[in-house]
Amino acid sequence: MSVRTLAKDQPASFAFNAEFLARAQKVIAKYPAGRQASAVIPLLDFAQRQEGWVTQPAIDVIAKMLDMPSIRVLEVATFYTMFELHPVGKHHIQVCTNLPCQLRGSDKVLHACKNKLGIGAGEKTPDGKFTVVEVECAGACVNAPVAQIGDDYYEDLDEAAMGKILDALLRGEKPKHGPQNGRVNSGPLGKFTTLNDDPTQKIPMQDLNAAKAAFEKAKAEAAAKAAAPKP
Amino acid sequence: MLADKDRIFTNLYGHHDWRLAGARARGDWEGTKEILAMGQDWIIDEMKRSGLRGRGGAGFPTGLKWSFMPKTEGDRPHYLVVNADEGEPGTCKDRDMLRFDPHKLIEGCLIASFAMRAHACYIYVRGEFYNEASNLQVAIDEAYAAGLVGDNACGSGWKFDIYVHRGAGAYICGEETALIESLEGKKGQPRLKPPFPAGVGLYGCPTTVNNVESIAVAPTILRRGASWFSSFGRPNNAGTKVFCISGHVNNPCNVEDAMSIPLKELIEKHCGGVRGGWDNLLAVIPGGASVPVLPKSICDTVLMDFDALRDVRSGLGTAAVMVMDKSTDIVAAISRLSAFYKHESCGQCTPCREGTGWMARVMKRMVKGDATLAEIDTLEQVTYQVEGHTICALGDAAAWPIQGLIRHFRPELERRIAAYRDAKTRASAKAA
Amino acid sequence: MPKLTIDGRQVEVAPNTTIIQAAEQAGVEIPRFCYHERLSIAGNCRMCLVEVEKSPKPVASCAMPVAEGMIVHTRSEKANKARNGVMEFLLINHPLDCPICDQGGECDLQDQAMAYGFDRGRYHENKRAVRDKNMGPLVSTIMTRCIHCTRCVRFATEVAGVPELGATGRGEDMEITTYLEKALATELSGNVVDLCPVGALTSKPYAFSARPWELRKTETIDVMDALGSSVRIDARGREVMRVLPRLNELVNEEWLSDKGRHACDGLQNQRLDQPYVRVNGKLKPASWGDAFAAIAAKVKAVPGNKLAALAGDLVDAEAMFALKQLMTALGSANIDCRQDGAAVDPSARASYLFNSGIAGIEEADAILIVGSDPRREAPVLNARIRKRYLRGNIAIGVIGDALELTYKYQHVGATADAILKIADGSHEFAQKLKAAKKPMIIVGMAALSRADGAAILAAARQAADACGLVRDGWNGFNVLHTAAARVGGLDVGFVPGAGGKDTRGILDAAGKGEIDVVYLLGADEIDTAKLGKAFVIYQGHHGDAGAHRADVVLPGAAYTEKSGTYVNTEGRVQRAERAVFPPGDAKEDWAIIRALSEAVGKKLPFDSIDQVRAGMRAANPVFAGIDTVTKAEWKPFGAAGSIAASAFNYPIKNYYMTDPISRASRTMAQCTEEFVMGTKGTGTHG
Repeated sequence: MSVRTLAKDQPASFAFNAEFLARAQKVIAKYPAGRQASAVIPLLDFAQRQEGWVTQPAIDVIAKMLDMPSIRVLEVATFYTMFELHPVGKHHIQVCTNLPCQLRGSDKVLHACKNKLGIGAGEKTPDGKFTVVEVECAGACVNAPVAQIGDDYYEDLDEAAMGKILDALLRGEKPKHGPQNGRVNSGPLGKFTTLNDDPTQKIPMQDLNAAKAAFEKAKAEAAAKAAAPKP
Repeated sequence: MLADKDRIFTNLYGHHDWRLAGARARGDWEGTKEILAMGQDWIIDEMKRSGLRGRGGAGFPTGLKWSFMPKTEGDRPHYLVVNADEGEPGTCKDRDMLRFDPHKLIEGCLIASFAMRAHACYIYVRGEFYNEASNLQVAIDEAYAAGLVGDNACGSGWKFDIYVHRGAGAYICGEETALIESLEGKKGQPRLKPPFPAGVGLYGCPTTVNNVESIAVAPTILRRGASWFSSFGRPNNAGTKVFCISGHVNNPCNVEDAMSIPLKELIEKHCGGVRGGWDNLLAVIPGGASVPVLPKSICDTVLMDFDALRDVRSGLGTAAVMVMDKSTDIVAAISRLSAFYKHESCGQCTPCREGTGWMARVMKRMVKGDATLAEIDTLEQVTYQVEGHTICALGDAAAWPIQGLIRHFRPELERRIAAYRDAKTRASAKAA
Repeated sequence: MPKLTIDGRQVEVAPNTTIIQAAEQAGVEIPRFCYHERLSIAGNCRMCLVEVEKSPKPVASCAMPVAEGMIVHTRSEKANKARNGVMEFLLINHPLDCPICDQGGECDLQDQAMAYGFDRGRYHENKRAVRDKNMGPLVSTIMTRCIHCTRCVRFATEVAGVPELGATGRGEDMEITTYLEKALATELSGNVVDLCPVGALTSKPYAFSARPWELRKTETIDVMDALGSSVRIDARGREVMRVLPRLNELVNEEWLSDKGRHACDGLQNQRLDQPYVRVNGKLKPASWGDAFAAIAAKVKAVPGNKLAALAGDLVDAEAMFALKQLMTALGSANIDCRQDGAAVDPSARASYLFNSGIAGIEEADAILIVGSDPRREAPVLNARIRKRYLRGNIAIGVIGDALELTYKYQHVGATADAILKIADGSHEFAQKLKAAKKPMIIVGMAALSRADGAAILAAARQAADACGLVRDGWNGFNVLHTAAARVGGLDVGFVPGAGGKDTRGILDAAGKGEIDVVYLLGADEIDTAKLGKAFVIYQGHHGDAGAHRADVVLPGAAYTEKSGTYVNTEGRVQRAERAVFPPGDAKEDWAIIRALSEAVGKKLPFDSIDQVRAGMRAANPVFAGIDTVTKAEWKPFGAAGSIAASAFNYPIKNYYMTDPISRASRTMAQCTEEFVMGTKGTGTHG
């Protein structure tokens, strides 16, 4: 983690558009009265979705909306790494390089980025369309290596697969996310070793009446034992 | 091996319909009302008897945890908070439950909340899981529409609201009190304990934080009975468990199997074995990034459960098995984890804030061998200076991988230091 | 009451005590950085780790409540190891710049490193460098030294009530900063410097000017407001180098306002260091003899009723007592210590005291503030109100402007007449006062110095009676003064005698030529243009408004340069002590008056300050005890009358410049520029 500070160049103002304002109000309503600060992460996320990054005017607006001091919102914005404090590319490519991905070749994924886009981790293409960053564990380790582009995970990557994805993005297409090697989600490649049975087969419930009776009996016995004079 | 009929997560791979109709066909939401009608005491007792230990890493008995909540509702509401901030490197099981079995989780939330007298539940999903959170929200909307949750959940008379809350990229929020802080709109900095969340948790109210898997297995346990669940695994290590096997295996995957399954069996049966064969195995990190690495000699026989792994000075953690074959640079591997902990330290308390940076920097040099032999001891001492001295367990988690490395791979560290020194001497001799 | 054992010592403490507090009671010291008894518990530095038997890990003693039978070891191998480890971690990224650090010699980290640190470093990586942050004109930052204890953040948020400080980022890159590096906008900002256990936050005005061991320390009181905060003056040679708060639970706890702390550089500027006499319209340096002769010539030529004297806001009680004696001897009853004309009733002490006591705020459960802006008039007292507010279950109301206070309040009314609705019970807030166990009203000078001040005082008194503010053992009728000299002046009776004129009367009369000689004893807060053609004697320490108008200037001593008695707003008799000598020919004020009395042929009957004080005690027994408060009898005061439905005119427009000392202070000028004019940073002003 490096020091995270606000961008030097900031827009003059910020306002949620109608869609995000409505969503923000819906989110605030999830939390008890007076606990609206709970919505600070979602609102920062909305601001980022709207503007592409978290701006200082957005921090001030959100602080006002949630009746929080601006410094508290800034603390949150700088603490959580998903908040981009500087403008990022339209395609923000987050390559996981944590151990499971490292073991399965995340360096090749970064290499593909360098090859196709000419940029390394932490860099932005001159046209501003792509940014590539290294991120910590994306939580899809059995599908390593993975890269998150926007909200989507691209899994089971290798240099060629990543190259294809980037080519598609460069062509303006949206490649299909998920595993890129033909496997089904987190299942093993090829034939499943488990979950081959029909999952809708009826499995009987335990006898709740008997369970209740046993529970009451045990409770009564425990009570009697507790009440009994100690030897 | 566990039979498919005894697997809880029957849609783990998402090859079936994850929505309400599909979930119902697989038995979810069946008899929920009747289970609730059994009462809070029975539910908690049944959970205790099932032997379920928390699936988030610490392995604290779930039923016992539930029993810590106040037995009556006072003026402060109770909360259930589900920890779906999955981020322990190697771990990706909750992701599948969120996206492919969300109804199991929602049903579990209702039952657990009822058992702990909570009318509201927040599911804290790591921010990166956008699509997973979307699936979960769709499932929640379905459950509301079907009357399974809401003002009269499942017709039980219990008012129950359930909300998804997305995080924004901070591993530390997987620590339960940091998660609560984050949910309150603050930085995810762990709280001092005591007070414990069951007394003072979310918004200062009694709160229990449970892992996704712990909650999602509850409905099945209650339907099939505590003794069914506890029939799997060794005593004190009961049940089934979703394992995540990543790294150098032929077919990395998530798989649900019985607790106490031998590590070797797990890898060979479900993952097509270690790349290049079992003898090509170097080491395994058996429970997520924070548990110490095990060399092959231990992996040959060790069982995958809490006690067996504790006995070999590692841990089951989240049951995230990271397999490393002989091509692995083991020092670089552990160094990568040290960099991770440095990145994820919240910065609140001194030993972790300063220690993670120190350890990561020394580890980085150790990869090249750019160090002295004495520094191996210093590094080890630093890990013990961090361990046990921090507010939360992240300090321990940062210390253990290095301790494991030094315990099992010290000769490798020494070899690199010697090689680096020799290369340097040769270079300077050449220059002279 | 749990009993526990700490390092073998048995101690019994109140429930909910923490181990660190229990250890203090047992006489065992546990090192700490983040823990501070007046701030919330952070538990982040980990320096206070101790071994508790049966606990697998060392325990942070600042956060752990005691339990019956607990056995604590603070010096065991386990505890020492934990502590040494923490110490090493704190030092790895701390710069080795002690020789150029202002905290040197009074640094917690330095001291504790001596006690618990290794004798060499094992950290061979590069040390962290942190960019310094702007926090305004008072707080200097060297953030590389920060150990992230968050005391400053907690102080700003909790005590000062200005949540502007925070810790951004995370991990080893966490940084303390204000939002967008704005100056810390609180009147209490200097306290973060005291709280900072290292040299990360140091005093900007004091930067690189002295080392603690070369300073002469004098325990005294602050006179920059009417609180009488306990302070320590650190001086070198003839110069006051800095002012620091001292612990006084009843008055200022351990805080000090920024003016009290930082106006002291004003003591070096604009000083009157010799007498002056106006010759041909210009003030010319003169000898004491010449100055006294000029006064004597004038005074002897006019009858007593054409003489008048006004005492200012920083004057010690001894000087006022002496001047009163002199004026009486000269046959004048025209004296007043209320430059602002505040309509308190000198004959009823309860009418001008903060009767509940400052600490009484913590017991109050309903507070009505009338015509006072406590944040600016007494920042430390305001922090006490906030402290009470944070505990909850309190109603706070304000009559006056919608003030920017550090707690939420109900705006009861914008104009002065709203007090009538409290008096007659028709406003809902009156019910809150009535329902409270310890209700309180705080009446400020903005209310009392109006033309209808006496009527407001009467209405406030009526409200006090109607709402039960005065009951067994509790008097919730409080006046908050802005002048340190005021209560002392009232207590020595520096008010018009029979037939005498008050401030307004004196100024009117002087303007009309009915008063020929006006003696201004440190009185600078009057409109000197109203003095007309009167012959003006100014005695004081600064060349401020009074001296500019004067015909004779007598150089007096500032509060740091004399032993003087002050009485604070709650009636606490306090003693200021001499830390340095007055500059040049300046003299202690009572002595000037005593010398002058001889020159005008009315020799006063005392030759030492002890004799002056004996006279004061004889005249008013409240002066008998230093640092004691004599409770005032609750008796009638105020004069019924109509109250104008108009807003208050608050006395403090610019907190940083309220008196001759702060007006002469460069530091206060910088604060004025930063906080009041708001000219910093815009680039278009100044």
